[in-house]
Amino acid sequence: MKLIELVKKIRSKNAGPFLLTIDIFFSNKKRFIKVLKNLTKSKISFLYQIPKKQIDIYPIHNLNIIKITIPRPTIQGSTKDRDLHGASFGIILEELTIL
Amino acid sequence: MKAKVLIPTGALGITYCKKTLNKGLKEKPDIIVVDGGSTDSGPAYLGIGKSKYSRSTTKSEWKTLMIARERLKIPLLIGSAGTCGTDSTVDWFVEITKELAKELNHKIRIVVIKCSQSNKEINKAFLKKNLFPLNNAPKICSDKILKCTNIVGLAGVEQITEALNSKGDIIICGRSTDASLIASLPILKGVEKGVAWHGGKIGECGAFCTTNPKSGVILISFKKKGFYIKPISNDTKATPYTVSAHMVYENSNPSTLIEPGGLLNVKNASYTQQKDGSVYVTGAKWFKDSKYKVKLEGTYVVGYQTISLVLIREKSYVENIEKWAKQIEITAENTIKNTLSLKKKNYEIQFRFIGKNATLGYLENRKVNPSEIGVLAIVTTKKKKDSEEICKILNPLLLHHSIYKDGELPTFAFPFSPPSFEMGKKYEFCLNHVIEIKDPMDIFKLEKFTI
Repeated sequence: MKLIELVKKIRSKNAGPFLLTIDIFFSNKKRFIKVLKNLTKSKISFLYQIPKKQIDIYPIHNLNIIKITIPRPTIQGSTKDRDLHGASFGIILEELTIL
Repeated sequence: MKAKVLIPTGALGITYCKKTLNKGLKEKPDIIVVDGGSTDSGPAYLGIGKSKYSRSTTKSEWKTLMIARERLKIPLLIGSAGTCGTDSTVDWFVEITKELAKELNHKIRIVVIKCSQSNKEINKAFLKKNLFPLNNAPKICSDKILKCTNIVGLAGVEQITEALNSKGDIIICGRSTDASLIASLPILKGVEKGVAWHGGKIGECGAFCTTNPKSGVILISFKKKGFYIKPISNDTKATPYTVSAHMVYENSNPSTLIEPGGLLNVKNASYTQQKDGSVYVTGAKWFKDSKYKVKLEGTYVVGYQTISLVLIREKSYVENIEKWAKQIEITAENTIKNTLSLKKKNYEIQFRFIGKNATLGYLENRKVNPSEIGVLAIVTTKKKKDSEEICKILNPLLLHHSIYKDGELPTFAFPFSPPSFEMGKKYEFCLNHVIEIKDPMDIFKLEKFTI
């Protein structure tokens, strides 16, 4: 299954100009746990092309939310930046295969 | 109740419902608090020292809040005035306030908190090793600090409390942390710091912590050990889920928040639905830093930009867009070398393919066959005149470059005349650091006057 089929919403935001934070919302515990088991730092590292040690994953059990915080691919608004508000970066996760 | 804080909207400038605001005033708040800024719209506002929102909408929305303040005779507080909260935008905001006071015939005592920093002083602190990097901070050096067009320090509860103690009717604060605006009065009235800061974070975007973010106005009522969060509009609800989930919003860590002077931890907070539609929140803790630190934001000019946009509809070019752009780049580089005598380190040409991967670039993982592609050419140079020159060198290539040896030259579509746009100075954020200071007012200035 693709991740997009299992989530309620994926939200990507700047956490200041230097960090990006992606929140994955689930409508039930079962799906939250299923994805949590599958969503490894290796997969995120591959998709965002950043080292594993720069990735933080926070499962928020009482809200069925998984938060991922990573360095912004480029500093917000810098010459190479493509998305000032960082809201498009979460889309990259949508196609991820979840077993 | 120790303190009731009315928050009309997440940011002044994005409009709010006046009818709902009037309903909120009936709750007899002790203060009206509104945020005016953020770094979220990019470095140019801080770089230039100007507001993102229009003067007319700012004035119109501020007018309603000034009328509300006059009716209730309670303080009105705005933080991060004019988006970036530099002294220039604070002055701009004071000017608007003065105009309105005259129009409305209000006699007001204004207290201003200025947050702009001197490059020399910040550099001194850097050399004394008094600046500390936050998570993923870029490397800094004296040269970059001295080159900054603007540096601001983020005011927190301590600075705003100084202003509140100065008995201002209206407090206009430069750059400040969102949560501190709401937390200040409750802390002054004896609310536990963890509770006040938590309320500040939850209420920072107004009704974003409810089921309908567009509904705007909310009221936070603080007791010593907890707070009630209540949406004022009838078309929204606060639930334990919507309230607790706001802690996650634009925050790198879901249970902690670094603020001036300490750290908020909400790990043990509890959220309970109340019969009147509000949510009661308690249990957050504040951990005071042994040394007082203030966050800094700074921008500097990395160069000058000129951009151009051309539309490609011809199938064989759409399919070979990268090859086409690469050939243009190589041809242009040769011309630049031969005619401008410019070395590659002094300029950069980027092509972005709108319709293909302009948003995500090398991270794009979806393959599509677009019928057309917009090619955005971005030229960044160290010197102003070079960016325009290079864009003009690119122009005939963007218009006619052929990937074939023979045949008639193609002609692509420019949607504008002139086909390129001077963007001017290109700003970048360069500080994500805290500065250690002895007294919270060391790097902030308070100004008081009556109009």
